[in-house]
Amino acid sequence: MKVIESGNVAAATGVRLARAQVIAAYPITPQTPLTEKLSELVEAGEMDAEYIAVESEHSALSVCIGAATAGARAFTATSANGLLYMTEQVNWAAGARLPLVMCVVNRGLGAPWTIWNDHQDSMTQRDAGWIQIYVNDHQEIIDTVIKAFRLAESVSIPVMVCFDGYYLSHTYMPYDIPDQKIVDEFLPPYYYKHTLDPNKPENLNTVTMPYGRPDASGDFKNGYMDIRHNHHQEMREAIRVFQEIDRDFEKKFKRGGSPIVSGYQCEDAEFVAVAMGSLSNRLKDTIDRLREEGVKVGVLSVHLYRPFPHDAIINALNKAKGVVVFEKAISYGNQGPLFGDIKAALYPQASRPFIHNYIIGLGGRDITNNDLYDALKASCSTPDEFDDNPRWIGLNR
Amino acid sequence: MNDPKCKVRTSNSTSGPGDAGKTGSWRVERPVFDYSKCTPAKRQKESCFLCWLYCPDAVISKELEPKVNLEYCKGCGICAEECPTGAISMVEDADIMEKENKTS
Repeated sequence: MKVIESGNVAAATGVRLARAQVIAAYPITPQTPLTEKLSELVEAGEMDAEYIAVESEHSALSVCIGAATAGARAFTATSANGLLYMTEQVNWAAGARLPLVMCVVNRGLGAPWTIWNDHQDSMTQRDAGWIQIYVNDHQEIIDTVIKAFRLAESVSIPVMVCFDGYYLSHTYMPYDIPDQKIVDEFLPPYYYKHTLDPNKPENLNTVTMPYGRPDASGDFKNGYMDIRHNHHQEMREAIRVFQEIDRDFEKKFKRGGSPIVSGYQCEDAEFVAVAMGSLSNRLKDTIDRLREEGVKVGVLSVHLYRPFPHDAIINALNKAKGVVVFEKAISYGNQGPLFGDIKAALYPQASRPFIHNYIIGLGGRDITNNDLYDALKASCSTPDEFDDNPRWIGLNR
Repeated sequence: MNDPKCKVRTSNSTSGPGDAGKTGSWRVERPVFDYSKCTPAKRQKESCFLCWLYCPDAVISKELEPKVNLEYCKGCGICAEECPTGAISMVEDADIMEKENKTS
């Protein structure tokens, strides 16, 4: 069924279709309408779920951790400083390998307070052990939330679905609501390997020694480092699993097909702009304008950021003359995080494109088409004038 | 539904004493029972067992005369705090060891 609705409502509808059983969230701009919608759905009996009101984001994720451990499909959502307040539990959920799904409605971090969009919030959780997916439009939001539950439960790693505050959360766009019957065929009932069972009591995540050891019944148990190694390996497996899940989604719903990265005008591109989230769509207009002038440019949108899809990135970029990474985040005193990751992926390649970095739109500063056009044109026409430092677009306005 | 290639190695173990090694060495005070006050010992029937229930390390046995596994008891004192009849007192391990050394 086609509707015209906000990105937050698209996310909430995805959670409803996935039949989440426990929702615990604390309202924060710009995530608030998402959780409001979910509480309405539960209140109206349109969702068979417990909506647990909590006093903080730390508690919200703690409730989800408890619920998921007890065998319930759980969901939360947050933004910005709410995500930071959650951080301890974010890392805990990943370490416990709980298949949770969380929407991060991207917003800049305080201090100073900002309610507007950039990617600094979810970037702080880049290495927390969650799968991170950045989506570009409303259809991708609803579809990815549904896929995220299946992915999380397939590899037992929690999944963050990140989408831009306001640009996506509060704008209205048409999208298709998947049919509940087909969603039920696509998404099997909740699964977690270590679901609590009173008939088989277990200690979970107690003090774990540096080395493996026998437990009270004499079974050899993993040491801390082996648990971490396995988590890393299965993060890598998640790249393949996500593609398999997307293929099944495509078969059932007739859309999808590029879950890891997606390109626009990339086939013959000499220069490729790279971005995450709604900025990737913004760049398409700039690409069209430069193409009209005869510049062979394309844009690559990175959806799966963790685990980092090295093969897909290399395949998409290693034939280009130049790569230009636009980012709404900065690793202070260093460079844009995505820029660093892409450079590292391309370094072992025999022929390497030049690679530039633009920092853009922090704390909601408007990104104009002319900004993007000027930046991309400068990178394509005068690449030798660039050094390895990121250039900041739109300062002093 | 689990991906067949994913083993999902976590820190899970049979609940019981010894999950953090022989934690008895952490102890400063140990619980000592006065069975003349202890409810199941006095009545000679299964009852109370609050010490067994509250022990965070599961090192107190559920017997008519409850026993403490001193290899793992950390000496936290929760059993002594919870005992409704005051049958458990916390005694300095050093004092007990000193006494044992004098007698031997």
